[in-house]
Amino acid sequence: MTQQVTETDILIIGAGPVGLFAVFEAGLLKLRCHLLDVLPQPGGQLTEIYPKKPIYDIPGYPSVLAGDLVQNLLEQIAPFHPGFTLGERAETLERTDDGRWRVQTQRGLEFLAPVIFVAGGLGSFEPRKPPIDNIAQFEDHGVDYFVRNPELYRGKRVVIAGGGDSALDWTIFLADVADELTLIHRRTEFRGALDSVEKVHALAEHGKIKLVTNSQVTGLQGNGQLTGVQIEHDTEGKFLVAADNFVPLFGLTPKLGPLADWGLQLDKSAIEVNTTDYATNQPGIFAIGDINTYPGKLKLILCGFHEATLACQSAFKIVHPDQKLSFKYTTVTGIEGLASTPAL
Amino acid sequence: MKQTILITVVDREGESHPLEAPTDMNMSVMELCKAYELPVEGTCGGMALCASCHVYVLNDRPLSDPSDDELAMLDSAFFVAANSRLGCQLHIREEMDGLEIKLAPVGQ
Repeated sequence: MTQQVTETDILIIGAGPVGLFAVFEAGLLKLRCHLLDVLPQPGGQLTEIYPKKPIYDIPGYPSVLAGDLVQNLLEQIAPFHPGFTLGERAETLERTDDGRWRVQTQRGLEFLAPVIFVAGGLGSFEPRKPPIDNIAQFEDHGVDYFVRNPELYRGKRVVIAGGGDSALDWTIFLADVADELTLIHRRTEFRGALDSVEKVHALAEHGKIKLVTNSQVTGLQGNGQLTGVQIEHDTEGKFLVAADNFVPLFGLTPKLGPLADWGLQLDKSAIEVNTTDYATNQPGIFAIGDINTYPGKLKLILCGFHEATLACQSAFKIVHPDQKLSFKYTTVTGIEGLASTPAL
Repeated sequence: MKQTILITVVDREGESHPLEAPTDMNMSVMELCKAYELPVEGTCGGMALCASCHVYVLNDRPLSDPSDDELAMLDSAFFVAANSRLGCQLHIREEMDGLEIKLAPVGQ
């Protein structure tokens, strides 16, 4: 079996602000980086949770929107051409015979690097799963937490649950695809974009979808494959809706996930590091940003930037054990590949 | 003005924790629970964006009304009831003396 193997100097797990900035500091030392993240876009929490919220404690920015900070970081690291593998979760870690680390993702992609930066923030973002007893047994047998391929629902009876934008957007999109579509929401009002809310109500009025409010899904039925969804109305009791698919869309929540089994010293859900270079108990593996812990740790982006910078110094010594490193200022040496930088 | 008030937190096992809560530190109920090492994650840091500090308010004390952000987040949370609030949005004030809350179950 041929597998895609990506080799790099530093594999950065987590493409949040700290992982992104690590590329810059590594780039100054001519270390190549590859970023791996479970989310489909870079930026981590900043992009996923609060892109439109201002941050006030980034030095030099009196105020910057989280989404803008991510864009600026991407621009800042562009001259170093980092690799990106997005939408993939790092699953396993093992030491190779030549002393490097091999990381595999859930889809079998493989990465080899002498140095790993774990910049995983709060962990990997996973869909928030509703508390229905037997939901796990129907995962991939009718229950999907994401809509990956809308065509899979063509001609099917689909139940969507949720009250946010993604529940509304997929309801509108799948109304024409599915044979029957039911949207279940816990309350009467929706808090999604007004335009989407109006569209969903219009679809319901025209009989294109069934809108069930003040209700929650409380049970799933089927023998191996989903056949029905049990719904409980706040006042009118329980009833069953025949369904081939149930798509609960309640957003994402971070979980430490497979990282917890990598042999790294943990304190609660954080990786213990020293404060010299943010190294973990495993040689060549560093943890930077919100995912690490040490005496006095503050979960601040600016602290993560500092951690990334120091970790890169030690990474250089691992990647190039026979070379000496001399400290340089960017103002003096410029950035290779950046047009506005004076040539040396 | 009272510098500390009493807030009772019932944990997920049903045990009551009477906590002394400072009113002069701009602290939220989520932060209070964390300070006393009760099992509250407060994942998003207090932005009403994760619901990991979801609590039930058990008695009547003057609380600020939930913001749109808090209501939107509760829409995506589970085990939500009429008395659900996000602990991070309950800022500790003197009038809340004697407040009792219960930690909501954590999802999967």
